[in-house]
Amino acid sequence: MPANRHNGHTEYGVGLGLRVPHYRHILANKPTCAWFEIISENFMVDGGRPLEVLDAILEQYQVVQHGVSLYFGSADKPDRAHLRRLKNLVKRTKTPWLSDHLCWGSVDGTYTHDLLPMPYTMEAAKRTAAKIRQVRDFLEVPICVENVSSYMEFHASEMTEWEFLNEVVERADCGILLDVNNIYVSSRNHGFDPMDYVNAIPHHRVGQMHIAGHTKFDKYILDTHDHPVLDPVWKLYAHATRLCGVTATLLEWDDKIPSFDEVHNEALKANAYIADARAAHNAQN
Amino acid sequence: MHAAITRPLAPGDRAQRQWFDGTSSARAVAKLVKPSRTLQPLDRVEIYNRMYWFRLLDSLAQDFPGLRALLGEEKFWPLCESYLAACPSRSFTLRDLGSRLERFIAREPGRIAPHAAAARDLVRFEWAQIVAFDGPSLPRLTKRQLAGTDPATLRLAVQPYLTLLTCRHPVDEYVLALKNDGALRTGASNAVTERDEAVGTGGALQRGPALHLVVHRLDNQLYYKRLEPEAARLLRALRDGHPLAEACAAAFARSKLAAEQQAELIRSWFTLWMRLGWLCRTKPTLEVK
Repeated sequence: MPANRHNGHTEYGVGLGLRVPHYRHILANKPTCAWFEIISENFMVDGGRPLEVLDAILEQYQVVQHGVSLYFGSADKPDRAHLRRLKNLVKRTKTPWLSDHLCWGSVDGTYTHDLLPMPYTMEAAKRTAAKIRQVRDFLEVPICVENVSSYMEFHASEMTEWEFLNEVVERADCGILLDVNNIYVSSRNHGFDPMDYVNAIPHHRVGQMHIAGHTKFDKYILDTHDHPVLDPVWKLYAHATRLCGVTATLLEWDDKIPSFDEVHNEALKANAYIADARAAHNAQN
Repeated sequence: MHAAITRPLAPGDRAQRQWFDGTSSARAVAKLVKPSRTLQPLDRVEIYNRMYWFRLLDSLAQDFPGLRALLGEEKFWPLCESYLAACPSRSFTLRDLGSRLERFIAREPGRIAPHAAAARDLVRFEWAQIVAFDGPSLPRLTKRQLAGTDPATLRLAVQPYLTLLTCRHPVDEYVLALKNDGALRTGASNAVTERDEAVGTGGALQRGPALHLVVHRLDNQLYYKRLEPEAARLLRALRDGHPLAEACAAAFARSKLAAEQQAELIRSWFTLWMRLGWLCRTKPTLEVK
């Protein structure tokens, strides 16, 4: 549902990732933008320009935090020093929810700086859910877990990825950041129907959605975030929006970044699908 | 799986065909990873293996463009690969990836002979820029706080984001001459002034007399400034916790300047350093985050 406890009961609309090439334009021109998503790790610093920019953005815009290093699926316990830094940032931004990924990426204190897929086992689901609860209890902010794009699957998996996601979020009682581009990329790489994925998740737990571009290679698709959103992903987004309700939507464009206006115009294409979903909902009721 | 993803790539940026125990990687990985319609298990692991190295190597290249120009591609990339293999990332942020690079070069200078000494100076300089960009700061020292204090006991501190370097190579001129946007954390560096363009781009970095550089920030813009040897000694003594009077004496320990000239220089340095916000009232006790 649109405003729910997993997104702090907000209805934020269509937003953009806050990216360095756009800083000057945003700070000088203050363009209209419903909200910005920041990568938490870029602002978990002690001073200097990053925090200056962040504070200037916070004066004008709504900001939501998105992380890449909580590694809910890693066996390591949550690092309390890390969580304290993150909580300081949460207090600074007043983010209504915080998201990070359903993945692993660190082992014994070393980091891969990647979002690695997990074997989908009940044991992993329980352990991951427990970690999400710990993190949420510490941060005192709703958590949304994002599905990652992936390029490998494990023999040890006991269930599908969406069944695993369901197990985790139910056990953790947390929200979902539904990345429809990631679903599409994974569906091509692993040979499943992306609609099955979207149909099967608990729609009432979706607090946010991601859309993005990807790159097709001969034998796989890579989640590159350096293109406009492709038609199959828009189609999936439309379907997800009809099922979940109009939900805070964020366009990720992280490489070969064009102008702010070009990225924003791409993001705003989501409004057409949002309008369709609203019309369909109204017609039903 | 972590080891498979982070192990060095083979020539051609391929995953290594031989597993850790000497057997076939393909066979070992196939026990864990399913094939897809188009990719074998090792091909799938290779995607992550390549992404790991490309991401981390690119990060080091962005943080150390001067080093890259000095060493050239043929020595820079192997150095980085060896460094990452020996010193994998232990931080949640890529910002810290190069924090141990200087020590690594110091341990293994042969890898980049004959550039090792210049490389160390460059790495220290470029790392100092990272620290200056987002390091912590403390309330600046004010004239009011200085008034009425006893120099014999007064201890001052230096901003945590500031680095004082003593180098034998003109790394500041070298980096500026590269005119590389990635050399500095801010888009438009005010440090690019009327510096010498004759240094050229890349190539050797000649050893010379010791020079003292401060890398710092002002209004969240990065700067670096050369100091006279006496000024550097004074700043270093303050940073190391010596009382003010002792620090001033240390600055001019071997100087033939008259006392009045020394006093005048100290006054001018302090005026500038306080304007630049370099000095803090007491030794910083940073909040544990």
